[in-house]
Amino acid sequence: MKFALATLLAAGFMASGALAAEHTVSQERKKFSERKMTIAVGDTVNFVNNDKITHNVYSSSSGHKFDMGAQAPGTAAKHTFSKPGKVKVRCAIHPKMKITLKVE
Amino acid sequence: MTVADRITRGAAALTVAILLNAPGAASATTAGEKAVEMSRQDWKAEYVRPSEVPFPEENPYTRDKADLGHKLFFDPRLSGANYISCATCHNPSFSWGDGLPTGFGHKMTPLGRRTPTILNTAFGELMMWDGRFDSLEQQALGPMAAAAEMNQQMESIVEELKAVPGYVSLFNLAFPGEGITVPNIAKAIATFERTVVSGVAPFDLWIAGDETAIGDAAKRGFDLFNNKANCVACHSGWNLTDDSFHDIGLSDDDIGRGAVLKTIVKMQHAFKTPTLRNVVSRAPYMHDGSLATLADVIDHYDGGGKQRPSLSDDMHALKLTADEKADLIAFMRTLDGNDPVVAVPVLPANDQSPNAWLRRVSPAAGSGGGEVSPECRVARLHLRPCTPE
Repeated sequence: MKFALATLLAAGFMASGALAAEHTVSQERKKFSERKMTIAVGDTVNFVNNDKITHNVYSSSSGHKFDMGAQAPGTAAKHTFSKPGKVKVRCAIHPKMKITLKVE
Repeated sequence: MTVADRITRGAAALTVAILLNAPGAASATTAGEKAVEMSRQDWKAEYVRPSEVPFPEENPYTRDKADLGHKLFFDPRLSGANYISCATCHNPSFSWGDGLPTGFGHKMTPLGRRTPTILNTAFGELMMWDGRFDSLEQQALGPMAAAAEMNQQMESIVEELKAVPGYVSLFNLAFPGEGITVPNIAKAIATFERTVVSGVAPFDLWIAGDETAIGDAAKRGFDLFNNKANCVACHSGWNLTDDSFHDIGLSDDDIGRGAVLKTIVKMQHAFKTPTLRNVVSRAPYMHDGSLATLADVIDHYDGGGKQRPSLSDDMHALKLTADEKADLIAFMRTLDGNDPVVAVPVLPANDQSPNAWLRRVSPAAGSGGGEVSPECRVARLHLRPCTPE
């Protein structure tokens, strides 16, 4: 029984480890490095500001709202997507910066 | 001049610009100037005019649609009281603004913000000062339906236009099999608006390689614009805007984009960055029309704006000299284009058949509805209150 439980926990850990990947999206010249991205539930996206100006990543998509706040040049901020769905992410300051994340 | 003619003229002007941009067209510079000139050249590459006007897949350009939109844009019958058109505020004579600090709407209702230009909105992202509309199609209907602006009852606009025989034909031509609908009104107006593109300015000729197109003061102003004055942080690209939203530290109470994105600190008091194309023609300035001249605008930025958490990180005191301020203004004066003259369209005439006048004032009356008294119909025409018996 102990063996079975340990195996189950390990399998669960491995499974979650496999799912919880980290992706990087760069912000440079007022653009995201990707326009579309498909990720898994539980994945984290690291938004890196490689610009010389402040950005503010956010989403108003229903059920997926978040605001990373003002992000100074040279800094990074992470967000974990915990629910499936289509998430439209934008820079609040520069709305032409758009990326759509398909979380599945 | 038709919309198609205007686009053709724009294309011709663009061709000239491309030819002028050919290698070898630029004047030589001395070795001493080279370092500065190279930096300037790098910046100049960021301001090249686009080769075509973008139209969305869901509302592609057709000449019939644009010509219909041209008429609708200038037609006061799209307002509730039949005396305000889109062009009343977005007046081509003022580079598609109204020349007022803030606009006026239905019954001369004072509006809270300055009328933004529709110039180059084809290239824009999010419409209105606060970005509350995603598209030009949405924007076209917003002021029409707003009680303080055009005060049009949207549930009756289709019937009102159907009562104008010429519009029935024009809509059928532009939207075969669909005719007059509210979405098609929006599509036609948006299509026309996308054809309103600023003409080739002296600045464009300079960008394309004609070193004589603008003076030395303007060239120095361009360098300041992209460096010390940091205007380029927001007013970037050929349209002199990146469509971004910033709190630039004006002291009014309007929270702008903050009313849409309520929880985002940097969106409080933030407003959309306007184009600087034809900027000299559009005084006064800012979202509240509070600054009368370009010199006032530069002084505001020079001071760095009102300090508060939402203030844009791109705002800081500039410490510009008087000569530098003058150079910046000289540069902005080169942005006024040789825009084509916009024709005021001949509008479809009202129906002159019996009872047509009553249908126009009160659609139900002409069809036998009889819910509004004749006195009230006349009162409505003269914008007087009337209590139906």
